[in-house]
Amino acid sequence: MSESITQPARIQPTRGPAEVVLAAQGVSKQYPVPGGTRAVLDEVDFEVVRGQIATIVGPSGAGKTTLLRCMAGLVTPSAGRVVLDGTPVTGPPDGLAVVFQDYSRSLMPWMSVRHNVELPLRGRRVGKRERRERSLAALADVGLSGNGELYPWQLSGGMQQRVAIARALAYRPEALLMDEPFASVDAQTRADLEDLLLSLRIRRSITIVLVTHDIDEAVYLGDVVVVLGGSPTRVEARLRVGLGPDRDQIRTKAEPEFLEIRSHVLAKIRGHRGSAE
Amino acid sequence: MARVAATHSRVTGRLTGPLTGRLVGVAVELWLPVLLFAGWWFASLGSGSLYFVGLDVILEALRDGWLGQAGAANVLPSLRNLAEGFLLAAFAGVVLGTVLGLVRPLANAVSPIVEFLRSVPGVALLPIGLLIFGIGTEMKVSLIIYGSVWPILLNTIDGVRSVDATKQDVLRSYRVPAYLRILGVVLPSAAPRIMVGLRTSLSIAITVIVFSEMIGSTEGIGYAILQAQRNFEIPQMWAGMLALGVIGYLLNIGFRGVEQLVLRRHRAMNTTPGS
Repeated sequence: MSESITQPARIQPTRGPAEVVLAAQGVSKQYPVPGGTRAVLDEVDFEVVRGQIATIVGPSGAGKTTLLRCMAGLVTPSAGRVVLDGTPVTGPPDGLAVVFQDYSRSLMPWMSVRHNVELPLRGRRVGKRERRERSLAALADVGLSGNGELYPWQLSGGMQQRVAIARALAYRPEALLMDEPFASVDAQTRADLEDLLLSLRIRRSITIVLVTHDIDEAVYLGDVVVVLGGSPTRVEARLRVGLGPDRDQIRTKAEPEFLEIRSHVLAKIRGHRGSAE
Repeated sequence: MARVAATHSRVTGRLTGPLTGRLVGVAVELWLPVLLFAGWWFASLGSGSLYFVGLDVILEALRDGWLGQAGAANVLPSLRNLAEGFLLAAFAGVVLGTVLGLVRPLANAVSPIVEFLRSVPGVALLPIGLLIFGIGTEMKVSLIIYGSVWPILLNTIDGVRSVDATKQDVLRSYRVPAYLRILGVVLPSAAPRIMVGLRTSLSIAITVIVFSEMIGSTEGIGYAILQAQRNFEIPQMWAGMLALGVIGYLLNIGFRGVEQLVLRRHRAMNTTPGS
């Protein structure tokens, strides 16, 4: 049980009414293995406030994806629960959209970009006209206006992941869950997509939980950084990032506060690895 | 699109226009049949054999017995039964295969029965078909369905089961309802496998229809061929087999056309380097 809420000196707590949208409460997960069980997650707790980006960072194999799948209702926790808008999550809830890492497999290649974005809306019986309006607006939001009639395989990897993000936006979820969404694109595209996410947060005030193994990305995008570590995985630290909503790849990453939190996260992750070996 | 066209012309080995490319393609397909046909023509010219008659005689019989009204009377009943049986088998195979592919316990439960039934060749059921239905259309259509449904069924089950795990996660997390999952994702994703099954089934269906017409029928291609043989109209018999070959070839071309239409997205996807 590591309940230490670490607050480095210059990191300010966020002000104003903090409405919790999504919360993990003591989430544990064990998988059966030959001769017993293997614990992956051990009492993971954290909260996500409306309009914020929470990033979950940890070494690979730390069960980050398992945690996200628990939050998405795709996996049932062995103990504890996930609460969305005050309601416990028992299966994939209505108010969550998920963006997966592998965009080439999460999009349907036989559907045009627009029909991919509209697929979840068709399932919700949204009328044809509204579907079209919402998909075109979402595609415009991710900078893909005029590409709706193309097919996913005609687009670059970064553009395909934009389509997946547009699909999530058009669904208008309470919160958006992203599982290593930028891990499969090149560095420049990755920076572009990170900035797209920040601008969407400002323009659409969406709530985002983003899993990543990249510490820079976690600090650059996060209002809150949840550091996972250990075996089984626990929350090592929850850090508030006071960099404000307006961030820049070059300027922000040179700010002392960014560097301080970054090294703090790095120490948490490496420190644990050191003690484990 | 430009990429697709470029790939195509690379395949045919020419950097010329699409029309030239297509002509080259046709020529590649045709040279051997033309050569064999010419060989047959000259080798059999003036043949005195009763059984291996000259090609010129066969072609004459083909013209008289298998083209025009006489041909239509022989061919149309076969094609009608074939179409009916094959389409019903396709429908049944895809529907049942989808259900069995999605509901694994059910598939496990019926799997021994399926394996048993599909091991019995369709033509082996002809005697019982004759008993139940007599020599009418029902007998032939049900034999075609029985004989050709298995490849469609098994390929559909496999195709439905191999829907990508990420796509299934997407469908679950967006709570896409079952009907839309099946029509929008499961079937399109299984389509290449289903087409493989259909192609195999089509050739089985042709075998079954000809055989059933030879044994229990008063019309159709198989009946006409056997009838000619029994009446010692050997040129007519040869002409019937030639006609059967041509019909099979045309059906296959038609099937390829349908397949290309159904899988056009899948094909384009595979020829695009981006994916």
